[in-house]
Amino acid sequence: MITHRITITINGFAEQVDVPSNLTLLQMLREKLALTGVKNGCMAGECGACTVMLNGEPVNSCMVLAAECDGAEIITVEGLAKDGVLDPIQETIINQNGVQCGFCTPGILISARALLNRKPDPSEAEIREALVGNLCRCTGYLRIIEAVQQASERQLQASGG
Amino acid sequence: MNSKKTTPHPIGESVERVDAREKVTGAAVFADDIQFGPGMLYARIKRSPHPHALIKRIDVSKARALPGVKAIVTGEDFPGFTGLYLQDRHIFCRERARYVGDPLAGVAAVSEEIAEQAVALIDVEYELLPGVFDPEFGASSAAPLLHPELGKYVVMNFIFPEPGTNISNHFKIRKGDAAAAWKDCAAIVERAYHIPHIQHVPIEPHVAIAKVDVNGKVTLWGSSQSPFAQRSLIATAMGISPADVQVIAPYVGGGFGCKAGLSMEALAVAIASKAPGRAVKLRLTREEEFYTAFVRQGLTAHFKMGCDKDGRLLAMENRFYWDGGAYTEYGVNITRASGYSSSGPYDVPNVSTDSYCVYTNHPVGGPMRGFGMPEMHAGLEQCISELAEKIGMDSMEFRMLNCVRTGDTIVTGMTMHPTGLAKCIEKAAEGIGWGHKDPPSAPNKRRGKGIAMMWKAPAMPPNAGSSAKVRLNEDGTVTVAVGGQEIGQGSFTVAAQMAAAALGVPYKDVRVVGPVDTDTSPYEWQTVASRLTWSMGNAVVAAARDARKQIVDLVAEAWEENPDDLDIVDGNVISYKSEESIPLKDIVVYGISKPNDQGWMGGPVVGRGNFMPTYVTGLHPETGQGPRAVVHYTTGAQAVEIEVDLDTGRVEVIRGVAAFDVGKAINPEMVRAQMEGGFVQGISTALFEGLQLKEGVLQNPSFVDYRIATSSDAPRDIQAIIVEEAQDDGPWGARGIGEHALVPTVPAIANAIYDAIGLRPGAPPFTPEKIYLLMQDAGLVE
Repeated sequence: MITHRITITINGFAEQVDVPSNLTLLQMLREKLALTGVKNGCMAGECGACTVMLNGEPVNSCMVLAAECDGAEIITVEGLAKDGVLDPIQETIINQNGVQCGFCTPGILISARALLNRKPDPSEAEIREALVGNLCRCTGYLRIIEAVQQASERQLQASGG
Repeated sequence: MNSKKTTPHPIGESVERVDAREKVTGAAVFADDIQFGPGMLYARIKRSPHPHALIKRIDVSKARALPGVKAIVTGEDFPGFTGLYLQDRHIFCRERARYVGDPLAGVAAVSEEIAEQAVALIDVEYELLPGVFDPEFGASSAAPLLHPELGKYVVMNFIFPEPGTNISNHFKIRKGDAAAAWKDCAAIVERAYHIPHIQHVPIEPHVAIAKVDVNGKVTLWGSSQSPFAQRSLIATAMGISPADVQVIAPYVGGGFGCKAGLSMEALAVAIASKAPGRAVKLRLTREEEFYTAFVRQGLTAHFKMGCDKDGRLLAMENRFYWDGGAYTEYGVNITRASGYSSSGPYDVPNVSTDSYCVYTNHPVGGPMRGFGMPEMHAGLEQCISELAEKIGMDSMEFRMLNCVRTGDTIVTGMTMHPTGLAKCIEKAAEGIGWGHKDPPSAPNKRRGKGIAMMWKAPAMPPNAGSSAKVRLNEDGTVTVAVGGQEIGQGSFTVAAQMAAAALGVPYKDVRVVGPVDTDTSPYEWQTVASRLTWSMGNAVVAAARDARKQIVDLVAEAWEENPDDLDIVDGNVISYKSEESIPLKDIVVYGISKPNDQGWMGGPVVGRGNFMPTYVTGLHPETGQGPRAVVHYTTGAQAVEIEVDLDTGRVEVIRGVAAFDVGKAINPEMVRAQMEGGFVQGISTALFEGLQLKEGVLQNPSFVDYRIATSSDAPRDIQAIIVEEAQDDGPWGARGIGEHALVPTVPAIANAIYDAIGLRPGAPPFTPEKIYLLMQDAGLVE
């Protein structure tokens, strides 16, 4: 197996990693870099638990080869809080009781963050659409949708004021 | 960082979950996240491709020769039996494979790829046998026998197998005289439903890491609802002491029952026993998850029910054929639970029920959220609505007339404890605007409303126990240890709330120990049956009160006061008499100094508590009658408003109302979150879910072909209403709510479909295709 040396920025820090050609981004994050907040739910791009931001776009990291990510910027759930201060979406999902077992939560937070970056004031339909690839078996989604709406409001207030 | 609310009595407060911050930052550890270093081995399983076959020969020689393979095991190596209620299962099957996926052999290798290659090199010779794929056929004398040894299996005394048949449990109810009552009925409904198998679909697949040391001590790390039951079952199967099995269970990424009891974990332990000192990880693929983990059993249910001219229910006759699958070690108790609850939440004087657990060559049935109740209520609650219509009554009024009320003699002869069921149905009806029909949103749509009720009791052995420890720390904070598991339902949070309230300390000062570890955590039977808030809660309260008594007695002695005059409030011991006060931190570890430097008294405070419902009685094997079949029933109702698209047959749930009697909501927002999450899971089972089994082979083992509800399928609004009719033996009156939230959803939607299009959809899933064909057959669409 050919190994590639890639340089990649993860949660704001540059990393140099040697990755075999067939290693997925998910495997690299979990197994080589111990970023185990990124979850493995199906390895088939169907459940969204492994969602990370790749150059600002939410992707299923099980469907991306690590070797393709040379020069890329990755944000995982571990990178959402800054200096111990939670991202607004992390705060609001707690306040809304949108967390139960917590296994889908990291992927959901990344999808929500990517949406709010792209569209600071999303409609409910846009929120549902943005989360449609993140399966959750516990919450029934409504509290998560509400949390995204509240995070959007907080963010707009913060930037407006 | 901690923003928990400070309050001296956090019962009934929606405090922040103890696990919330870990879970939103990626810090929460799940079993697959634990690091074992480069020495870890990876396991894969050779599985039967045939639903029923004799195993003539297994040749592992080629696999063993593959470089990187470290251990291979087969059923030959493990003759012991396992099973929670009926020991009908080996770790690996021996001589006979009974379902597609039955484990034949296991491999541990230095990588998952090599383990997979090794599995492919295992050569198995089979003699194919005819299969059983229908439970009603399976129960007949014409069916091939799947467990000829049934009569020799070890079984709990409340399970009744019929050796020489495929019936592994036959539970009977004979209350009154149903056969004689039909002549008095003014209306009778008779219906049959075939409820499909479904899968739990936790987002975290099953994973187990096992290590066996040179002394034979087993350590198992796994995603588990049942660390203690697994310890016991593994010990039995391996012929060792439970003291030599340590199960460590971190957060569970969704369980819903499939991680209860023992299943794939035993495979990892067995393989690891042949590679001493090495951690061996077995992780199910999503495909394996669909048919080799527990599935929810299929059910063929026959209902007959009748009422008098005033709409009063007179009789019910039920026959349930549970499709238990290849092994029914756990499923036999679902059969029993559905039997003793077979009247549904109704006051019926005459009930005859036969509930059969039947071996088939299908995936292994096991516990799933609701434990038989969603399957049973799916048909029963449609029949009730049909019967109401037949006698000319509104179905909500019919339910109000017949629903179980406090003091009724229920189906098993037990007296019903205080229940708010009638209030639940009133609230659900009110919330949905019962009796008022809104116009559809488009000309090609039909709108309808439906309502359904439910009841469910914790289903467990009568002596399922809980225990807890409450320890005080140097700064007056409190560490609570429990053996109950945090599977998302919030058990650790309510444990902290209860300990805080019972001890008299602020909630923010309480920590709950994780992960659950059978070597150090107090015993808990299993995290199932919606029993933790009630049972583990009682143990936590007992432990906190024990610690409280130690502290109060000590201070009373030091102050020369009566303990009855002392209290602990907000982390301080106070005297109502002398108005003295001392903070806990000054006394709970180092004790109190005696006057004049005469030494010390007291010492580190550790409270302990346990709980077991000692009042549950057995039931007569022929009649199912007895004084107290169960600890209690949680009751409730749901109502929905839906639209059916005439062009496509698609059903959309627009909004829902749920009302459940939880006794006392310890954390109201977490209770509502359970009600909402369960509702959407119920919608998912109503509209989308079913395992498509063809001659025992699963046709849809992926999220593409087995769809579950997504964010786009959740209704626009769910109203969750808490009713509180206190449970006499529950902490602050609490009883469970976790499972109940999805029990009435399928029939509520079915009844709404009838209201919309005038056609009864029968068994779920109510897919667009099914509804369209139903409408086409009836001439509603062309």
